[in-house]
Amino acid sequence: MTKPPLTRYLGLIPSSVMIGVFFAIPFAMILLTSVSTPTDDGDYRFAFDLQHFDRFLTWFYVERALFSAGLCALIAVISLLVAFPFTYFLTRFGPRSQTIWLIYILAQLSLSEVLIAFSWQILLSRTSGVGNILEWVGIVEKSFSMAPSAGAVVAALVYLAVPFAVLLLFPALSRLDKSLIEASRTLGASPMRSFFTVVIPVARPAIVSSGVTIFVLTLGAIIVPQVLGRPEHWTLSVLITDQAIFNFNMPFASALAVVLLVLSASVILLVSRFAGGNRS
Amino acid sequence: MTILRRTYLAIFALYLLGPVLVIAAVSFNSKKFLAFPPRGFSFRWYAEIFVANDWFSSLMNSLFIAFVSATLAVLIAMPIAYGAWRYGLRYAKALFALGIAPFILPPVIMALAFLIFYTSVGLYGSMLSVLIAHAIFLLALPLVTISLGLESVDQSLIEASQTLGANNTTVFRTVILPIAAPFAFAGFAFCFVLSLNEYIIALMTVGFTVETLPIKIFNALRYGYTPVIASIAVLFLLINITVFSLIARFSNLSRILGALD
Repeated sequence: MTKPPLTRYLGLIPSSVMIGVFFAIPFAMILLTSVSTPTDDGDYRFAFDLQHFDRFLTWFYVERALFSAGLCALIAVISLLVAFPFTYFLTRFGPRSQTIWLIYILAQLSLSEVLIAFSWQILLSRTSGVGNILEWVGIVEKSFSMAPSAGAVVAALVYLAVPFAVLLLFPALSRLDKSLIEASRTLGASPMRSFFTVVIPVARPAIVSSGVTIFVLTLGAIIVPQVLGRPEHWTLSVLITDQAIFNFNMPFASALAVVLLVLSASVILLVSRFAGGNRS
Repeated sequence: MTILRRTYLAIFALYLLGPVLVIAAVSFNSKKFLAFPPRGFSFRWYAEIFVANDWFSSLMNSLFIAFVSATLAVLIAMPIAYGAWRYGLRYAKALFALGIAPFILPPVIMALAFLIFYTSVGLYGSMLSVLIAHAIFLLALPLVTISLGLESVDQSLIEASQTLGANNTTVFRTVILPIAAPFAFAGFAFCFVLSLNEYIIALMTVGFTVETLPIKIFNALRYGYTPVIASIAVLFLLINITVFSLIARFSNLSRILGALD
């Protein structure tokens, strides 16, 4: 190397400035705003005032937080159940159909939540959705609307989560040692039995970490609960948006954001500890 | 087993593709009302995207933001990934970890952070604010893809070219860049697609000044349906499929998705 080591850092200056100014500072501002205190002119100034967290601790918001956590845990479990067998089969497809499926899954995963909520709204509507098809086929007498409802929220959130579940499970399942399965088959296990006794135990760490990731991802959903649910299905993310955009209450929105952050972080820590300590 | 497997795969495919097929059917409908089974066949709702001024300008806003912020994200990511890989700089590795964080956090947290930050520095609502916000939010993608690309560069190639007298610039240009470029492109493409589809950060930075397509669609949803949204959904899905097909064609998709070591 002819260059002295210090010059290697020079190239990092622009990137450092960008990350520092536009990530570290805004992030710190959320934390500071969450403990700010209101001033007389309706603004707020930095202090160490916990009143916004006090407000969170009323039953309405605590119940919302518990609901969000419960809903996202449910979505994580369902989407893993739906996606795991598919991902397992996908790793056994030929390279061509594997690529085509991966491209489609990526395309659906990237599709705006707004568009997915819209699609499900149409799908579950009275005039142009599943109800209409059922009426047409003759299963139901009269088409009916299936949204807004809790079922609609769950169906659409699972739809959002499944592509992520597939991509999260894909690396572990495609690296799965195929000789293990062959060995179990040689020893007389049925395909079903070797799936449950070999594939699933081997993939367990990947299943747990994918579940946690999906949980955090689903916590971020904003549009589906609003469009397909009633206010009682709103999650923390929806409430944060509502506080920030429509009530202009940045301090309370920040406090809720900190709660969301702590909720995500504690689930990640809890599950990784639980999964780590249980290795056999 | 085979029957069970086929049935499961069929149901899975139906669940994934069903909503898309219904939307596609609706988008080719010729009536003003959404109808399924569709009545008549027309491309009028696709034409509408490009003819109706407001839809078209939203589309252009979204494409512009996606293009610039993806470029910016790649430019920020490149030196970090390079510094971490080539010189093993601990500082670059720390920046790498910091750069991944915005993408992992629930997006509403970053959106709120940008909202508070931009209002206090007076950039709120400016085009610049959303360009930078998207670049920072999506920085993780080029960071990861470029690093993967750099890791696939053979060290002996670098040594060989240095032995032959190439300086650092020449090594970068002739050895590293050709191998890493497809991965940088993949990072760009991922950013482009995700920026195009992103809603909440755009809403909290420029929601009341610049209308991106996802924002416009969400606003339109509240005032009732229009089949134009269905045609946009199909258009966006096609854009996504095209971009990811390009990545699969010119870069290594299974490597990026972690299937290969």
